[in-house]
Amino acid sequence: MALITYAQAINEALFEAMTQDPSVICFGLGVDDPKGVFGTTLGLGERFGSGRVFDMPTSENAMTGIAIGAALNGLRPVMTHQRLDFALLSMDQLVNNAAKWHFMFGGQRSVPLTVRMIIGRGWGQGPTHSQNLQAWFAHIPGLKVVMPSTAEDAKELLLTSIFDDNPVIFLEHRWLHGLKSEVSRGDRRVPIGKARVLRQGSEITVVAMSYMTIEAVHAVDHLAAQGISCELVDLRTVKPIDWPAIESSIRKTGRLLALDTGFLTGSVAGEIVARVAGACWSQLKCAPARLAMPDFPEATSSALTRGYHVRAEDIAKKVGEMLGKSVECSALAEQRKHPHDVPGSWFSGPF
Amino acid sequence: MTPEIAKRLLFQMKRIRHVEEEIARRYPEGKMRCPTHLSVGQEAVAAAVGLALRRDDLAVSGHRAHAHYLAKGGSLPALIAEIYGKATGCARGKGGSMHLIDESAGFKGSTAIVGGTVPIGVGLAYAIRLKGGDQVSCVFIGDAVAESGVFFESVNFAALKKLPVLFICENNLYSVYSPLRVRQPDGRRIHRMVEGLGVAVAAGDGNDVECVYEMASRAVSEIRAGGGPRFLEFETYRWREHCGPFYDNDLGYRTEEEFVEWKAREPIGRLESDLLKKKAAAPAEIEAMRAEIENEVARAFDFAEISPFPEQQEAFRDLYADAVSSLAE
Repeated sequence: MALITYAQAINEALFEAMTQDPSVICFGLGVDDPKGVFGTTLGLGERFGSGRVFDMPTSENAMTGIAIGAALNGLRPVMTHQRLDFALLSMDQLVNNAAKWHFMFGGQRSVPLTVRMIIGRGWGQGPTHSQNLQAWFAHIPGLKVVMPSTAEDAKELLLTSIFDDNPVIFLEHRWLHGLKSEVSRGDRRVPIGKARVLRQGSEITVVAMSYMTIEAVHAVDHLAAQGISCELVDLRTVKPIDWPAIESSIRKTGRLLALDTGFLTGSVAGEIVARVAGACWSQLKCAPARLAMPDFPEATSSALTRGYHVRAEDIAKKVGEMLGKSVECSALAEQRKHPHDVPGSWFSGPF
Repeated sequence: MTPEIAKRLLFQMKRIRHVEEEIARRYPEGKMRCPTHLSVGQEAVAAAVGLALRRDDLAVSGHRAHAHYLAKGGSLPALIAEIYGKATGCARGKGGSMHLIDESAGFKGSTAIVGGTVPIGVGLAYAIRLKGGDQVSCVFIGDAVAESGVFFESVNFAALKKLPVLFICENNLYSVYSPLRVRQPDGRRIHRMVEGLGVAVAAGDGNDVECVYEMASRAVSEIRAGGGPRFLEFETYRWREHCGPFYDNDLGYRTEEEFVEWKAREPIGRLESDLLKKKAAAPAEIEAMRAEIENEVARAFDFAEISPFPEQQEAFRDLYADAVSSLAE
C-alpha cells in the first residue's frame, strides 16, 4: 500500500496495464507533453515508445474511430480527453460505432476501448470546460460509464476498464486529481458495476458519485457528530448501476437523497430516484430527493459560481429537511479555508 | 491484365449484378424488410478492388456495401439471410443490409452513417502497423464522404503516420437525390483535394474494370512496400434509386439523357464483348458463368428463405461482450 494521489493512481494503472499487455496503447492530446495530462500520463512515452504512446491531431471524432478500428484489430486503446467537452466532437463514433459494434454485428467482435474524459467545476472553467455529462453516456446501450471517487478506485477501476472487452467511458473529476488515499501496488482490480458503502447508517441513504462523494463524506460525518446516521453509497459506476446495493440500503433506511455532479434534468440522480420510487415504494418514509447542478451552464466568474454548486452544507441541510430535524450546517462552509471555487490549496489553476 | 484475371473480374461483376437484380426483383415481396442500397451499375470498382486485395487484407464500407462485401469474399448466403433478417445472417439479423460483416474474408464491417467507417479503417491500419505485417486496410467511400469532417481527420492521420490504407472513392455523382453541384464547388476534383492532405492519389474510369484493377493493384503493392496511404477516385453511376429496388428517373433529380449515357458505358457488357472479340473467352464460358451464378444466387435465396428467424430473446443479447481478461501473463 502507498498513500498516493488520484492522478498518480491513474498513472500507476496505465503503467501496470501497458507493462502487462503490449496491446494496450495510450493516446490523446498532450499525453506525452511535459505536463502529461495533470501528471496521469507522465513517463509512459519514455517507457513504452511512440508507437504505443502518442499525441494526436486535434481530431476527436476520427481519433475515436481510429481507436475503435485499432480495438477491432486486436489493440486495447486508452484515449484521453483533457476535458469531456472536447469529446462531444466524438459522439458519432462513440454512440454509433463503439457502443453498437458488438450488438449490431451479432456479437462477433467487441470494442475493448477505454476513453478517459476529465470533468470538473470551478476556477473559471466556465460553460465549456466543466461539463459533467455522464448521463449522456449512461443513456447509450453498449457503453459502460465509471466515475471513481478515490485514488484506490481510480487505479483499480481503470485497470478493469482497460481489460474489459467493451467500450468504457472513464470519468475523472479534476477536483479529485490531488486527493490522496491508500492504493495497493500491482494489479488490483475492482469490478465495474459495484457500488461501495462508504459510511454505514440507518436513517437515510445518500447516493453519490465522483467528486460529489467527497462533499457527501463531509456532510455525512458532520451530521454523524450531531447524532444523525446517514448511509453513504459511492456508486463508482453509473452504467450499469449497482441496483442491489442501492435497494438494500433503502430497505434499511427508508429514505433516499441522490446526488449528482451533472445537471439536474435527465440526471443519473433522477434515474436513481425513479428506480427507487418504483422498486422500494412501500419502504419509503418520505419522498426521494435529488441534489444536482442547476439547469444552467456554469458561468466563468467566481462571483457567479458562488452558490451554483452543491456543497456539503447543501447536502446536510437537505438531509435535515428530509428527516424533519434541525441540523447545524454553517460550520461546513466556515471550516473551508480556500476559496469556494477550488478543491483545496493544492489547486492554483489555470486548468 | 491476363485473360484469367479478366474472366475472374467478369464473373464477379456478373455475380454482383445478378445478386442485386435478384434482390430488386424479390424486394416487393416484403420479406426483405430493411433499407437496401443496390450497386447495380457500380460493379466494376468493387470487383476490381476485391481481386486486387488479398483475403487477409481488411476492408470496411458504408451503406451501399453489398458489392464490396461480396467482392472481398463475404459469404453470399449470409448476406441474403441478413437482408431477410434471419438467424443465419452475417450479423445474425441484427444488422441488415447496411451492417455487413464477414471477418473470415477480412470484411470488418459496413455501417450506415456516411463516413462512419473511414476512421475505423484507419484504426485497423494502425493496429496492422503496430503488430507488423504487410496487410492493407481498404476503405470504400462515396463522393459524399469527402464532405464529412471525419474524412479529413482520418486521411490526415493516415498521411501523418504513413499507414497502409487504400481509400477507394466511388464517385457516383449523387448523394441520395442531391447532385454534386449543390454539395461541392464547381471544378472540384475530390482526389486533387485529397492530394493536398499529403496522400498519393489517382483517378480513373470506374466503369472500366481493367483500369480499376490496374490502378488498385499498383496502389496495393505500393502500400505493401511501405509507401503509405493511397487514394483512388473512380467515377461511376448508380442505375437504380438511392434506396430500394426501383428506378427513380421519374423524380426529375437527374435527366434521362444522363442515365442513358451512363448505361451505355456499362462495365460488364464492355468487358464481355471485348473478351469475346479477342477470343479470350468462348461464348460457352460466358454461358457457364451465367449458369453457375444463377445457381449460386438461387441457392443463397433458398437458404435465406428456409433459415429460421432469430428467437425473440436474441434482441436482448450481445449488448456487452463477456468480460474476458486478456492479460498476457
